Amino acid sequence: MTPWQFGRRALQALLAAFMIIIVAFVLVHLAPGDAVLAIAGEHGDAAYYAFMRARFGLDAPLPEQLLTYLVRVLQGDFGQSYVHGRAVAAIIAERIPATLLLTGSALLLSVGGGIPLGVAAARRSGRRGDAAITIGALALHASPAFWVAQLTIVAFAFRLGWFPVQGMETAGGVHGLGAVGDVLRHLALPALVLASQQLAAIVRLTRSGLIIELWSDHVRTARAKGLSDRVVTWRHALPRALLPVATIVGARAGHLLAGAVIVEAVFGWPGLGRLLLDALQSRDTPILLGLFFVVSLAVIVSNILTDVAHAAMDPRVANR
Amino acid sequence: MSRIAEELTAAELQSAPLVPPADWRRQLGRSRNAWVGAGILLMLVGVAVLAPWLAPADPFAITGPGLSPPSAAHPFGTDALGRDLFSATLRGARVSLLVAATVAALVLAIGGAVGVIGGYAGGKVDAALTRVTEMFQVLPRFFLTIIVIALFGPGLDRIVLTLGLTSWPTLARVVRGETRALRGLGFLRAAEASGASPVRVLVREIIPNVLPAALVVVGLAVGQVLLLEASLGFLGLGDPEHVSWGSLAGQAQGFLRVAWWLPLFPGLAITAAVLGFNLLADALTEVLAGR
Repeated sequence: MTPWQFGRRALQALLAAFMIIIVAFVLVHLAPGDAVLAIAGEHGDAAYYAFMRARFGLDAPLPEQLLTYLVRVLQGDFGQSYVHGRAVAAIIAERIPATLLLTGSALLLSVGGGIPLGVAAARRSGRRGDAAITIGALALHASPAFWVAQLTIVAFAFRLGWFPVQGMETAGGVHGLGAVGDVLRHLALPALVLASQQLAAIVRLTRSGLIIELWSDHVRTARAKGLSDRVVTWRHALPRALLPVATIVGARAGHLLAGAVIVEAVFGWPGLGRLLLDALQSRDTPILLGLFFVVSLAVIVSNILTDVAHAAMDPRVANR
Repeated sequence: MSRIAEELTAAELQSAPLVPPADWRRQLGRSRNAWVGAGILLMLVGVAVLAPWLAPADPFAITGPGLSPPSAAHPFGTDALGRDLFSATLRGARVSLLVAATVAALVLAIGGAVGVIGGYAGGKVDAALTRVTEMFQVLPRFFLTIIVIALFGPGLDRIVLTLGLTSWPTLARVVRGETRALRGLGFLRAAEASGASPVRVLVREIIPNVLPAALVVVGLAVGQVLLLEASLGFLGLGDPEHVSWGSLAGQAQGFLRVAWWLPLFPGLAITAAVLGFNLLADALTEVLAGR
């Protein structure tokens, strides 16, 4: 990607960020009741509302308000949470590590499991092994994350007792190296469930891409050279088939985070999802709006990274 | 949540021949996946329409002991209050069908119009519409819907509207691509040269050729929207006036230790419905790609 292309891409991203803030602004003002309630949440006192009103310039004319709002949000100032009595940005930042641990592990598991499964299916294309993997992926792709999560809890936490049911660590329990193992034991089920949602897409994509590649001229040439089946598949056909997989993994940031909210809700994982649920219950709208902006930002950034990576891997894209 | 299945298929559709086979409907009729998918969807419609007559009990009425496992009297068991889960699951089909139908109509109308107009007009109109489409594509739908519900209160209308208004970009992109490619073909030029108006060309030549591919994308989009709606219901953000599969699963959350049937059946219903849409879309993709 040339600097010029990257600059254009970055400008598009900035426009998208503007649009997302404007959408939120419009919704806040369309919502029934005073806009200060939407921006500041309910249960506040008069002094708090006066403070928020001044901070977001809510007495100024609408265009001016929009400008203030844009500047505030772009600076990372999402306002104060009355419920927590602290800045929204700080509250959200605290929860990011737990969600990153969950989504990062899920991403690794789904890529590490999905590609070999997709390869296995493609190599057995049309036979029984392929059918089993394909049907499994199809079913997983159609099942809601919360359902898979609930069923794994019932089976592996309650029935078999292999894993803890809730949370990220045993309360007041373990220290030192044991604490790492404790977190890992808590992480296993939620990460696997979240991974399974991504896995289905990766399996399907790897399989369909590889089947097409296995029939291509350069793979036939590799075969004709006398290379083994394994080398032809993994070294010659797979890298090109993985191009769309890489794109899809990057383009799924929003999906991954939405899935994380659900999984955190079921497993009581103390990340952004838990924060969102608590904010919904206490009608803490500043937190909800802040989460909306943070997730949007993650989606935009991951889209740019995907484009850059795609251009680096596929010169045809870079020169387009 | 994901537009990925749609994107995957969009790529596959691009490599398919531009003009669908003349007998694509008949070819679809020969696909087993299509029949399974259509069967599931017919059942969904049937259950949704006939729910009050099929259900043995009022889904809100207390008809037995609380938390009793599946039995002859209660095939799906009962919930904590002793309400019949079978009746509730049947009733839940209504919300899903309503969401599916409305979102499909919205997506087809907006995405179809944006795609056809951009692809046919080309130039500045196309560039502007493409920018708008890209903007909508980065909106995180799930979180946006949560904000809407938090600000405007719960209700099926706003869920359907928000999801419908944000789910059309993939369709617009596919339709735009197909329309643009069709423009270069001989029979379209011939129609234009013989004095057919743009509207006539659109209606008679472009829409019939783009429609099958559009249906694939709509089918996949509806499947994903059903999952989103269920997730919202699970989080307790659904319409409190209506029983939905997601909200049933959400109510099961506190009883996972004692009542496995509470999460099992509503989730099974959602999976089946989504699978129905996905199978039909996959079958149509295979026909269009000539496999």
